[in-house]
Amino acid sequence: MSDHEYTPKSKFGKWFNDRLPLLSLASHLTDYPTPKNLNYWWTFGGILTFCLITQIVTGLTLAMHYIAHADMAFESVEHIMRDVNYGWLIRYIHANGASMFFLAVYIHIFRSLFYGSYKSPREIIWIIGIIIYLLMMAAAFMGYVLPWGQMSFWGATVITNLFSAIPLVGEGIVTWLWGGYSVDNPTLTRFFTLHYLIPFLILGLVVLHIWALHVPGNNNPVGIDIEKPSKDTVPFHPYIVIKDGFALLMFMIVFAFFVFYAPNILGHADNYIEADPLVTPAHIVPEWYLLPFYAILRSVPDKLLGVVAMLSAILILAALPWLDTSKIRSAVFRPLYKQFYWILVADVLILGYVGAMPAEGLYLLIARVATAYYFLHFLVILPVLGFKEKTLPVPLSITEPVLGGSPNLATARNRESLNN
Amino acid sequence: MAEKKTNRRDFLFTATYAVGAVGLGATVWPMIDQMNPDASVKALASTEVDISSVTPGKTITVLWRGKPVFIRRRTPDEIAEAKSVNLEDLKDPQKDEDRAKDPEWLVMLGVCTHLGCVPLDQKGDYNGWFCPCHGSHYDTSGRIRKGPAPTNMEVPKYEFVNSNTIKIG
Repeated sequence: MSDHEYTPKSKFGKWFNDRLPLLSLASHLTDYPTPKNLNYWWTFGGILTFCLITQIVTGLTLAMHYIAHADMAFESVEHIMRDVNYGWLIRYIHANGASMFFLAVYIHIFRSLFYGSYKSPREIIWIIGIIIYLLMMAAAFMGYVLPWGQMSFWGATVITNLFSAIPLVGEGIVTWLWGGYSVDNPTLTRFFTLHYLIPFLILGLVVLHIWALHVPGNNNPVGIDIEKPSKDTVPFHPYIVIKDGFALLMFMIVFAFFVFYAPNILGHADNYIEADPLVTPAHIVPEWYLLPFYAILRSVPDKLLGVVAMLSAILILAALPWLDTSKIRSAVFRPLYKQFYWILVADVLILGYVGAMPAEGLYLLIARVATAYYFLHFLVILPVLGFKEKTLPVPLSITEPVLGGSPNLATARNRESLNN
Repeated sequence: MAEKKTNRRDFLFTATYAVGAVGLGATVWPMIDQMNPDASVKALASTEVDISSVTPGKTITVLWRGKPVFIRRRTPDEIAEAKSVNLEDLKDPQKDEDRAKDPEWLVMLGVCTHLGCVPLDQKGDYNGWFCPCHGSHYDTSGRIRKGPAPTNMEVPKYEFVNSNTIKIG
């Protein structure tokens, strides 16, 4: 965090800032020293902020036309699509926005995994991030229920039934969640309420996420501690603002492609059939971003253990800063970890693929192997690797690999004192 | 630290915390309980079904408490098959007699006990029901035989009002 004192130039500015230091905050944000070697994988924080704001704005406007009632919800969504001015556009942005949000968050998470951004002193940033991710999944799930199509209804039925796996109190909890003996109108209205609430909770957590980030500052592709501000840093504005802005523009091209050319490709045709409690669609699958966890759920033949495995797969991420025992952050200097990292990426993609396929035969076998490997990676490979792996020499500063030798004496000294 | 004598103030603190905790609980409970089934949902607790048109080998599905209920008039073959099963082969052992009061009529919730999908009639490896969601197979008595579901399909409380009418609930 930059500790320099900021004094507004104008008299009014000074008067205001003495009473509410908003200008000091703005000054901190613009001058915030950022490692100068941040690559494009670091632009997804800004992209995610954009996604959140897009979802909130489009969500607010949709809520002006949507009717949260089991008899009218489906029709009101069609009304939005056909009658409301630009309703189709707003709804398609909102629906595809959820997918874009998850695309960005997965890149953001895997960037952290590659460069070790979750490691000390950034554990709290990471854990807040995991909570945000959990809330995103809850918001996405409940949002998917609101159109009250067949996938909405049966998705809600299957997911809420996960709680019935809890011994003794499970059935009671499910009835409580439903507000009845099946998914019905009371379920829809409360899901709408919570779907409206969660984005604002996420917004609050994003503030904490960024606040916690600004204490140690950004990690960087080299993964070393750097002095801030120094020759290794640049001010956030204009350097990072412009870079983030450019990346956001590229991202919006992808976003717009889906909205305008393939708005339904990520959804399921079944959700254009109104909810029918008497008929289950032949093939229930969640949205693509939940598929890896769905595959883990189905790969376990026991109901309770399946639910436990699925939840553990997410919660294990919160323990990652302590499961990874390596002192070196960036995979650039961890030749073995780098390979296991890409195996994990492949493993998650495979889980996602089999999650979309029927749970039988070869698919089930692959799902089981991939599930086992997922846990093996976090519970065995990562802890052991920290002790066994021979890491490459880490440069003393960001500038060193470029210029050869460290021109930054302070950083070199700082590292020496750390090593001693 | 010197030994601390319990005094009047300690008692007051404890009493205040205790009353505060009860008050907090009493305030929070309505907020939680409002989510449980309301009076109008509970009022729909029973439904009467006319079964006069159901011929052997046919299943009708009716909605009770928002859930499908299967009413199947079983064929003699199905009844024989259900009765002949060795109880030790079952994941959730239950005699067919305990599931169907009148062996010809099987009444049960058409809800898979895994995650709540509606199983398909006359499908699966045991000529009973098959759940398309996660592949649970049920036999002609609605008992779980294969797949992730932990228990047999639930038999609701029902009675024959007369030979043509079943009252569920």
